[in-house]
Amino acid sequence: MDLLRIERFIWKSIMDTRERPLSPHLQVYKPQLTSILSIMHRVTGVALAAGTCLLVWWLVVIALGGEYYTIMQNIMGSWYGRLALLGWSFALFYHLCNGIRHLFWDMGVGLELRRAYQSGWLVIGAAILLTLGTWTYAYQSVGAL
Amino acid sequence: MSLRTDLGKVRGLGSAKEGVGHWWSQRLTAIALIPLLIWLIASIVPLAGAEVRIVREWISEPVNSVLLLSLIVAVFHHAQLGLQVVIEDYVHTVWLKLASLIVVKFLAFGLSTTSIFAVLKIAFSG
Ligand code: HEM
Repeated sequence: MDLLRIERFIWKSIMDTRERPLSPHLQVYKPQLTSILSIMHRVTGVALAAGTCLLVWWLVVIALGGEYYTIMQNIMGSWYGRLALLGWSFALFYHLCNGIRHLFWDMGVGLELRRAYQSGWLVIGAAILLTLGTWTYAYQSVGAL
Repeated sequence: MSLRTDLGKVRGLGSAKEGVGHWWSQRLTAIALIPLLIWLIASIVPLAGAEVRIVREWISEPVNSVLLLSLIVAVFHHAQLGLQVVIEDYVHTVWLKLASLIVVKFLAFGLSTTSIFAVLKIAFSG
């Protein structure tokens, strides 16, 4: 009798896949610093790849000369141009710092969970500081500070 | 006991059929990009708002031209390798995966040659 109940229970849980999402369904995981930073490395990598078109545009426009460069300067100097550049610079610094974290892991350094959390916070702090520093430098250079 | 065949062991290419080539190139370009990007940011931020003449002078400086060219090669190689992994992870329809890979690789190639040509044109026309 008991055995039958256990068997029924097991069958029910095997068949009942609708109510038990199977791994790796991301929605069953609690977001954690380490997993968020990991997906952010991917998101910033793809964003930077798109953002590299800015570099191409910059070089082409300088090669073309004169008015084309002024047009780009005006677009990038507008509020939405600056917002895009702000996003790009943060993505760059984040990906760069976290990329260094990756390279240490590849050498087997800092793989313990505690160290992974520490380096994660370090990467966030460094990326924010570098972004702020860059923009302070930029505003100083154009004499706006 | 290992189940791997002798030929498989000798080739050392693993299940991805390309060994560690992709992984290794991704790391090499990443290492190269650390100093190159720090140099680029530190150099172009003070050029914000500058006249085009000043920017051209900076690019035509031989050291700067060479570093810019290296950065272009490294960035596009790294980006293209990275995007390949992302596509392989998310796109499972064979023709769509192939098409996306081809688009990404062609774009990386075309955009890098365009950038290289622009730098050379600026550098040699003074
Ligand atoms: C504009 C410059 C850059 C672009 C466009 C770029 C782009 C990318 C892309 C698309 C990926 C794939 C992401 C993934 O598989 O999840 C990637 C991965 C990676 N990037 Fe970058 N990246 C840039 C700069 C850097 C820099 C400066 C570093 C310095 C350390 C770096 C280190 C790495 C590493 C280590 C990986 C592999 C991560 C992994 O195995 O999951 N990247 N990058």
